[in-house]
Amino acid sequence: MKKFKNGVSIFYLAIIFLFLYAPILVLIGLSFNNSMSRTVWGGFTFQWYASMTQNDSIIDALGTTLRISIFSSILATILGTAAAVGICAMKKRNAQIMLGATNIPLLNADIVTGISMMLLITRFTHLGEASVMVSHIVFSVPYVIFNVMPRMQQMNASCYEAALDLGASPVYAFYKVVWPELIPGVLSGFLMALTMSLDDFTITYFTKGAGVNTLSTMLYTELRKGIQPELYALSTVLFLLAFGMLFLMNVKKEPNQNRKEAKA
Amino acid sequence: MNNKRQAYLAAPYGLWIIVCTIIPLLFILGYAVTNDAGKLTFDNLLAIADPVNLKCLMLSFKTSIITTVICLLLSYPVALILNSANIKNKSFVVFLFILPMWMNFMLRILAWQIILSNNGLLNSLLSALHIPTQHILYTEKAVILGMVYDFLPYMLLPIYNALSRINNDVIEAAKDLGANNLQVFTRVILPLTKSGVISGIIMVFVPALSSFVVSNVLGGGKVMLIGNVIEQEFTLARDWNTGSGLSIILMIFVLLAMGITQKQDNAGEGGTLI
Repeated sequence: MKKFKNGVSIFYLAIIFLFLYAPILVLIGLSFNNSMSRTVWGGFTFQWYASMTQNDSIIDALGTTLRISIFSSILATILGTAAAVGICAMKKRNAQIMLGATNIPLLNADIVTGISMMLLITRFTHLGEASVMVSHIVFSVPYVIFNVMPRMQQMNASCYEAALDLGASPVYAFYKVVWPELIPGVLSGFLMALTMSLDDFTITYFTKGAGVNTLSTMLYTELRKGIQPELYALSTVLFLLAFGMLFLMNVKKEPNQNRKEAKA
Repeated sequence: MNNKRQAYLAAPYGLWIIVCTIIPLLFILGYAVTNDAGKLTFDNLLAIADPVNLKCLMLSFKTSIITTVICLLLSYPVALILNSANIKNKSFVVFLFILPMWMNFMLRILAWQIILSNNGLLNSLLSALHIPTQHILYTEKAVILGMVYDFLPYMLLPIYNALSRINNDVIEAAKDLGANNLQVFTRVILPLTKSGVISGIIMVFVPALSSFVVSNVLGGGKVMLIGNVIEQEFTLARDWNTGSGLSIILMIFVLLAMGITQKQDNAGEGGTLI
């Protein structure tokens, strides 16, 4: 009976994984397809991998995507970490107001956030690349704050006070006592901000200026006239990079905190 | 700790919230209650009563509810299986569920277009197996499938987190006291994972309600959701006032849906979703 139950479990997981990975396998397949058509298999080729670095519009969109994601997630991390440290020192009522406001971009529909930022920005200046960066910070700061806050709250305040009593300056005490405790939260907040920013379409779509294209918005405009096959190749490379990175991180973490990780 | 000075660290963020979160929402509200001449009007909000828009809103509710239910039914067993002791490397399996999100969202949806199209992969497979081919692409079914695909991890992770927090002793105690497996599930496991289920429902239902990309790509313009209506007001019709009015209506429905869902969570584990 137990064996049967196990078999059913594994079969069910396999079906779900097939559902999750089928589109990805299709895309990886297309990146090797020697045909411009999406539905016809024209033989195996590496030519899209070779030509993707020569395709200016794609390299341009990749550059824009990376610039926006990296800048916005770094700034969001700085802003959010400072905010989390500050909010923890606030009176309960003020802290609740701040956290309530922090929830707004998380709970609001993306389309509403995007439109509201567009309305604000077009009133005072014009849309461009900077407007996308600012809007990305708006939706990524909450992820940083909600990753750093628990770390702050779990920390024993006496350690910091002890450092001060022993003659450390507040900045030195923060750097030596508080900061090392915060790092994991800051890092996971940064990674979440980066992921959300890289994958965002809706907010970018509403806040980008003419001529600014990230990979997502470029793909959207190409959906009707046909996707350049180099984009499949590029996405496959990016996916494999992410896979490698996450895989390494996962393997490294495995031995000591398997159980803890599942809870986080 | 010098609390006052430390609290000032949040000052830039306080300013940020006001400028980039509160004021933009006031801008939407401002556009929503005025016409293009700047006069006060409620026409933009009442535009939702227009039968065409109302139909789109109803369709949005229908697809989001179906999507949420399917996500819940698919992911709860997955979370249970992952949480059971049979699988050794759990965090790796969880990682495999998040990994697809690293392929560009637009491409993943596009891949479904390729799979579902009339002479696409699915139908080739079906005809090879001598099963009648299906016409799925550009119907509501395709849109729901795309949304389920896109939002499944958002349902799975909170449920899995809630499950993994349950202390095994509680389950053993229930069994010692004579509960059978079904009773353990309905009386112990289900109530203890309620908050996870509720976060999952919110995290799937809210984006599903306002989505416009999935319905655009997999619905091919034939499935109009409220998100598509708002998008077209801004990009095609260039009627920012009506678009803002409908956005405010959408916001109200999102808040209502969230309020109702969260009210069920009387255990009150706190407000954050992550």
